[in-house]
Amino acid sequence: MNYLNETIDSLNKKLASGEISADQLAKDTVENIKDTDKKLNAWITVEDDAKPAENLDFSKNKLAGIPIGIKDNIVTNGVKTTAASHILDNFMPMYDATVISKLKAAQATFVGKTNMDEFAMGSSTEHSYFGATHNPWNLDKVPGGSSGGSAAAVAGGQVVAALGSDTGGSIRQPSAFNGIFGIKPTYGRVSRWGLIAFSSSLDQIGVMSKRVKDSAEVLNVIAGADEHDSTVSTREVPDFTKFLGQDVEGLRVAVPKEYMEAVDGDMREAIQKQIDLLKENGAVINEVSLPHTKYVVPTYYIIASSEASSNLQRYDGIRYGYRAKDTKNLLDVYVKSRSEGFGTEVKRRIMLGSFALSAGSYDKFFRQAAKVRTLICNDFDKIFAENDVIVGPVTTTPAFGIGEEISDPVKMYNNDILTISANLAGIPAASVPAGLVDGMPVGLQIMAKRFDEGNVFKTADFIERNNKFYEKTPTGMED
Amino acid sequence: MEITEDTVKHVATLSRLEFSDDEIGKFTEQMGSIINMASQLQEVDTEGVEETVQVVDRDTVFREDKPEHWQGEDRETLMENVPEKANGFIKVPVIIEKDDNE
Repeated sequence: MNYLNETIDSLNKKLASGEISADQLAKDTVENIKDTDKKLNAWITVEDDAKPAENLDFSKNKLAGIPIGIKDNIVTNGVKTTAASHILDNFMPMYDATVISKLKAAQATFVGKTNMDEFAMGSSTEHSYFGATHNPWNLDKVPGGSSGGSAAAVAGGQVVAALGSDTGGSIRQPSAFNGIFGIKPTYGRVSRWGLIAFSSSLDQIGVMSKRVKDSAEVLNVIAGADEHDSTVSTREVPDFTKFLGQDVEGLRVAVPKEYMEAVDGDMREAIQKQIDLLKENGAVINEVSLPHTKYVVPTYYIIASSEASSNLQRYDGIRYGYRAKDTKNLLDVYVKSRSEGFGTEVKRRIMLGSFALSAGSYDKFFRQAAKVRTLICNDFDKIFAENDVIVGPVTTTPAFGIGEEISDPVKMYNNDILTISANLAGIPAASVPAGLVDGMPVGLQIMAKRFDEGNVFKTADFIERNNKFYEKTPTGMED
Repeated sequence: MEITEDTVKHVATLSRLEFSDDEIGKFTEQMGSIINMASQLQEVDTEGVEETVQVVDRDTVFREDKPEHWQGEDRETLMENVPEKANGFIKVPVIIEKDDNE
């Protein structure tokens, strides 16, 4: 089964009418993944005997019998969950993340777990213990990261939609690089219970799909309050599909000049074209400033790494995960298991975080970063007082080559300059395909104020309906 | 702020990590350039600015402290993840050392 020309609606219709059975769909999906993944390496685990839920109700549950990809940092009861790390390469969870329980209640089918940067730390999916994922538009390019497996799986037609997680752009950047839609909802919209923690004040689970509506359908299922995660808002979750099919007359669209100055040439032109499209259809375009943009990368790397160094203390080789051999004492178990179990990038972040939190550095780095975060939040509040959405590029360039940036962490970190702010401010943000630059997809970023995913969906759907990027087929999959 | 090999070794101890001499050299250089980038934050005037450490719209949330059955089947599924075990318990090396040979 290849999903390039399918949507949740089209699949639901086929399943309801009996044109294809859910059992057959699960089987065909697994078969196609196994075949095409020789090129993509988008999956860490594929469930050979994937089966749909029982007593499927196609009229009540849109997702009934439809296979959804799951990023491998979301725990799944009885299905190996590794976060793409050696330290968890045999970890078998005993419970489902809340998002998995909700997808199960909606009768979705599970076919496996997608590749990612180890512990979601990275922008290329090259930092995976299970090898790099390849971009379906050009197999020599990275798919972005950290949700690069989910992005390549959707763009390559292996599944119709997949869950990702986004701490500093990990849904939006790979969505942009693969020519698909991806949304990081508001912090507190979706439960993080069962999401392997990286940076708890920034992490958020979201959805990636070729078509905007399919992400709205999946978000409808996974959003909402959860007694296992007290950071989830108790406010009512709207039906996100209600925001689709609208026009943009009168929509107040802010364009940050710092974001447009970050891109040039064809890249800038591709983004400008989408902004012009909104303008021609009655949107009000306002040039605005996000003056702290130049500080978001250091702010983010200090905060995220500090939280990571704390969250990753739990990997000690005792109760689960990798334990080093030939150890003399307890301290030796900790040090050797962690040193052999974590990859280089994860160690780099733990080290950076421990440094930023250590005596003598705490005020200068962590506390200062937390204050700059306030200023970044204030910049957004000011803009959203007079605008409905902010739009701009997701990345400064299209996907880079595999191996090109992996040896230069500072260069790699700067990839995230346009996506990080949404996590620091906790606002919803998405990437919708804007066009091709040098044959590779680029994305338009759409942000809105907290809990206003509605305007993000409305704008993204309008762009999708007009530029029809979904008609294009990835160029790297042909033999 | 200068990052020396000693800084890196100290932070490695705090992080319960160890590195070869080669890695220490490489990490010192990379940490140096990352910290150099992070030092830009000192330029920002944050006089009187509050810190933001979370962006949640709820106050402290209370719930009843009640035991809950996990979804896993039994004790055995829990123990399957344990790297070393003996007689149904988690096995660890000696914690209190009498001398180096023990």
